[in-house]
Amino acid sequence: MMREVDETPLPGVGVRFSFRSGAGRRLSVVVHHTGRRDVYVQAARDPDASEQILELDEGDSQLLAELLGGSRVVHDLERLQHLSSELALDWLVVEADSPADQRSIGQLQLRSTTGVTVVAVLRDGQTLPTPGPDFTLRSGDTAVVVGTPANIRRVRDLLRP
Amino acid sequence: MEAGTLLVEVGALVFLLSFVARLAATLGISPIPLYVITGLALGEGGALPLITAEEFLEVGAEIGVILLLLMLGVEYAGAELVQGLRTSARVAALDFACNFGAGVAVAVAVGMSAPAALVVGGVTYASSSGVVAKLIDDLGWMGNRETPGVLALLVSEDLIMAVYLPILGVLLIGASAGRATVQLAVALTAVGTALVLAIRFGTLLSRWLFTRFTEAMLLGAFGLALLVAGAAAMIQVSAAVGAFIVGIAISGPAQELSRELLRPLRDLFAALFFTFFSLTVDPRDIPPVLLTAVVLVVVTAATKYAVVVWGAATQGLGPPARRRAGLLMLARGEFSIIIAELGIAAGLDERIGPLAVTYVLLLAVGAPLLLRLQTPPHPALSLS
Repeated sequence: MMREVDETPLPGVGVRFSFRSGAGRRLSVVVHHTGRRDVYVQAARDPDASEQILELDEGDSQLLAELLGGSRVVHDLERLQHLSSELALDWLVVEADSPADQRSIGQLQLRSTTGVTVVAVLRDGQTLPTPGPDFTLRSGDTAVVVGTPANIRRVRDLLRP
Repeated sequence: MEAGTLLVEVGALVFLLSFVARLAATLGISPIPLYVITGLALGEGGALPLITAEEFLEVGAEIGVILLLLMLGVEYAGAELVQGLRTSARVAALDFACNFGAGVAVAVAVGMSAPAALVVGGVTYASSSGVVAKLIDDLGWMGNRETPGVLALLVSEDLIMAVYLPILGVLLIGASAGRATVQLAVALTAVGTALVLAIRFGTLLSRWLFTRFTEAMLLGAFGLALLVAGAAAMIQVSAAVGAFIVGIAISGPAQELSRELLRPLRDLFAALFFTFFSLTVDPRDIPPVLLTAVVLVVVTAATKYAVVVWGAATQGLGPPARRRAGLLMLARGEFSIIIAELGIAAGLDERIGPLAVTYVLLLAVGAPLLLRLQTPPHPALSLS
């Protein structure tokens, strides 16, 4: 389930992102202009107050984000690359005015002509896994593709104007 | 020989200030009030009168004001200013009316002239963006719901200052009504145009100014600020406002790098500014104005608190959050001193200096103390 994230500017400091956690308490991340990131949780005694739970620098927060959310992806990716030196994974953006805009994966005949498989499409911050042949691509989508490096380059050219 | 004396005096002063700053950090308060006390102690009539290096310090103090305002502008992006003003327009208008008004009223009541009263109004109006932002961070309140509103109000105050300072500058020259009107029109047009240009075309200027060679970036930003500040002073716009606008114009990578490079320079020269300002105030002049200062503190603390609490209530914040916001905004600091300095330089009422010093000392120390009584600080787990 996607949670709604509020974005509030903190003039001179940075930006604060907050959302209501599954348990009902507000969690906030303050991203400072300096790159420092602080994590706060809503205080129990006063709904407007918050308690700081973490202070992270840029590197800390990237690593933490990976550990919290991306560890499975990282793990799978490593296994995939390990399986075959021929097989690559790439993220390709469907650019505006590309011939692929508003056409389905079946119409593009990606698989039959290039052997490349689209394993997922990232659209508007959401991940749409295993799109079928009738899935229509739009400009701005990011296609996650698997195939040989040479074939992936051919697909990349298809997604450009 | 003479150069030696100058270096020894300045060196001794700066070295002494390092201990003062260390004390402030240990106590967890802003160093501003402690710099002011140091200046009082060392100046004329103080416990340890010293200083023949006044000329050097005067220039240093002037650069200090420019760096303070340049950094304040650099902290803000143009878009943040516009948005801050938009979200807090109503409370900002009331804030100005009540707190500027209260200061003017008290000043008139104790028999000050109109220009002097306008200076006192400015001193009591402007909360200290630096002190408040640091307090929020130190107390771990950045994630609180009242914080965006407080920061937006500070932004509005800083912008209003950019209009107030030129007006004050023109009025303090004491020209005839006709000439003053012309100068005022020139000054305000210049500020308005420069602000719009800074917000609209700041990115262009910044791209041109930016270089990854740190020396070049530092000299570029600092030199441009001095240049514009000087030009602003020539048309009575006040050097501080010129530097502020340059700071606003600097954005993007240039902003990030300047922030990092200018901070140590600002800390050094701002310390000289606060010390120099109070060096010129004779502590023996404080007792006669003490009562006025206390009245000023009580009245303007009450108006500030009431306005901010009202503003916080309209945002749907609960009573504890309203109290925190109100107390935060009580802190006064750099702006009050910058404004008082203008009044002193113009040779207005001689009570302004000691009054402003006492006022800032009481609120720069009092507000953080009241806040700490509210909630004990909650240190986060730091990985550094």
